[in-house]
Amino acid sequence: MSRGFRADASGTILGLALLAGTSLAHPAQAYTVYVTNEKGNSVSVIDTETMAVTGTWKVGRRPRGVTTSKDGKELFVCASDDDRIDVLDTSTGKVVRSLRSGPDPEQFILGPQGNLLYVANEDDSQVTVIDIEKNKVMAEVPVGVEPEGMGLSPDGKILVNTSETTNMAHFIDTTTFAVIDNVLVDARPRFAEFTADGKFLWVSAEVGGTISVIDVASRRVIKKITFKIPGVNDEAIQPVGIRITKDGGKAFVALGPANRIAVIDARSHAVEKYLPVGQRVWQLAFTPDQKLLFSTNGSSNDISVVDVAAEKVVKSIPVGLLPWGVTVSPN
Amino acid sequence: MHNPARFLLAPLALSLGLCGLSPASAQEPATPPAAPVIAPSETHIGLIYRPEPAPSSYDAEAVPEDEGVAGARMAVKDNNNTGRFTKQTYVLDEVALAGDKDGVGAARDLAGRGIRYLVVALPAAELLAIADALKGQGVTIFNIAAPDDRLRGADCRRGVFHVLPSRAMQTDALAQFFTLMRWRKMFLIVGPAETDRLYAEAFKNSARKFGLKINAEKPWTFGPLAKARGDTPTRSEAMVFTRGLDYDIAVVADEAGDWGDYVPFRTVDPRPVAGTQGLIATTWHPMLETWGAAQAQNRFRRQSGRLMRPLDYQAWAAVRSVGEAATQKKTADPAILAPYFADPAFSLPAYKGVSLSYRPWDHQLRQPIIVVQPKAMVSVAPEQGFTHQRTPLDTLGIDLPETTCKFPD
Repeated sequence: MSRGFRADASGTILGLALLAGTSLAHPAQAYTVYVTNEKGNSVSVIDTETMAVTGTWKVGRRPRGVTTSKDGKELFVCASDDDRIDVLDTSTGKVVRSLRSGPDPEQFILGPQGNLLYVANEDDSQVTVIDIEKNKVMAEVPVGVEPEGMGLSPDGKILVNTSETTNMAHFIDTTTFAVIDNVLVDARPRFAEFTADGKFLWVSAEVGGTISVIDVASRRVIKKITFKIPGVNDEAIQPVGIRITKDGGKAFVALGPANRIAVIDARSHAVEKYLPVGQRVWQLAFTPDQKLLFSTNGSSNDISVVDVAAEKVVKSIPVGLLPWGVTVSPN
Repeated sequence: MHNPARFLLAPLALSLGLCGLSPASAQEPATPPAAPVIAPSETHIGLIYRPEPAPSSYDAEAVPEDEGVAGARMAVKDNNNTGRFTKQTYVLDEVALAGDKDGVGAARDLAGRGIRYLVVALPAAELLAIADALKGQGVTIFNIAAPDDRLRGADCRRGVFHVLPSRAMQTDALAQFFTLMRWRKMFLIVGPAETDRLYAEAFKNSARKFGLKINAEKPWTFGPLAKARGDTPTRSEAMVFTRGLDYDIAVVADEAGDWGDYVPFRTVDPRPVAGTQGLIATTWHPMLETWGAAQAQNRFRRQSGRLMRPLDYQAWAAVRSVGEAATQKKTADPAILAPYFADPAFSLPAYKGVSLSYRPWDHQLRQPIIVVQPKAMVSVAPEQGFTHQRTPLDTLGIDLPETTCKFPD
């Protein structure tokens, strides 16, 4: 049975109704959105000006985590079932090389200097640190079972990995590659996101249904954000992707099979509203100007486009099979 | 019927809230790894099982020798991985019973060595004998192989927790799916074993509960035909057996797997087959890959060189229950953990999309049940629209008002 089908349908209708008005309000810079299709073994490429899919690029098997190089010229894709990271030339859409990621890379995050990539190896309970220029493994850090979420403090000094079965956020010192602390969170932590000031870390718990807000200095959970949606079974509320605006004002949280994105006041932690999107929404990405937010909706095989200022879904765009990750070019 | 607004979830929401809060409020910055202050604790978990004898000739799906044990081994690894960060160590003590050697002696030995957690993969009577032999010793027993409802009812024991779903839960899961499909008329075929009779009884109760009709019931009298060769002459009597009946679906009760697989495609009228074969309700299946199950499937296959089976999953969930409780309570002290398993705050994430917990009234693990055919996931129970004031999971099996379990003290 299609859970929350109505929510998705209304999201689509809303999207279509608002499309014309809002796209005009954004004549801003055009960016490129990259979406990994976990079952399509491909990357869908979308132009933010036309909101159309401009290309579908072949990559390795089971692509999940995705990010671009600092200059936007290269795209990194976790090809989980091929135990490697594919590097694509964004001007041609071709895989130009592959990185030794360690087994089953799921998510990763690029260091501030742009040469170190921190990779969560889901099947291997470790985080692999790769120098992407030398294609060399710099360190392997043992973490909990099924590592997934990867967050990096704005100064690049603290790396956080969440382990889905151990249910912890592991704090890793990026100079020594040692685990310096482990913070217990709720069941199945999927994603870690620092606030722009580096003071707080938000961790989603998919099965626990919560967001833990962790004070980075004391490494204590200072707040658990919970969700309640009228007409949606509590067990369908499964937080995954988190994005927080640079000004620290708003947080957006993808709620999985609840088919909603929660909009949260990032300072008071109050949940303000729920935006209906496609089915089984997982990952989120802002445009660099933070005017738009994109969500991957795995079960409906599309992405939703959110107008960040208006807090409205303005469009949904069909992509490949089982969209998982999303990133936006820096330029 | 499909109005999710009717879900009333207050008590579950409360329990999830509690489980969320307890680790947080107890959160303390961990000790620097260089100077461990907490002495490492070693938690032993015993596992008693009776390996299946090797098949005498070719058997495409022979029960592997390490069935169940392999799942427990994976869970001990998972526990130890987490234990590195909580300063807890886990050891699995496996006891493979030879032939008809009974498990009570093995259980007494393990308990005598100070082991306080036992995972038992034995039939109901043996499990009960072990539980009664260890009474008063503070041993928590996890039942991973006996689906008998009496262990959750008249014969329940305070120290026993049931990881696998009861027969009532399994048949409720199928009955919910039939209701959803509007297949209302059943033809029940019951095997000769006592466990088959119990399965049929559970199915009849489920039919009553969900308003399905048993239009016909017949015993299976044609022997173990499941492995009959395809080119042998058709067993005409077995086919005639299904003639002239008015039913939407045939339900087979054959827990040993002796003949149930013979029925599909051999009924006179073209009808689907469900029950212990055909479309089944179970805890684990190679086709399960959602909710992170793909990771567990891969990890298991890499470790054991074969696919993960339901008994492996049940053993994994039992051992992980100990690890998870120890992480949540920040101790492996059995005096603290034993009551905690039945606490509403206990939660076990186990690749089912929601946290699992033990029902306080009969210590049955509440869990979604997958409804699956040999090559595809078909559905997951509880089905949409089946509501419960506590959690939809409690629409499966024996609920608090109906329970006959009174824990003897």
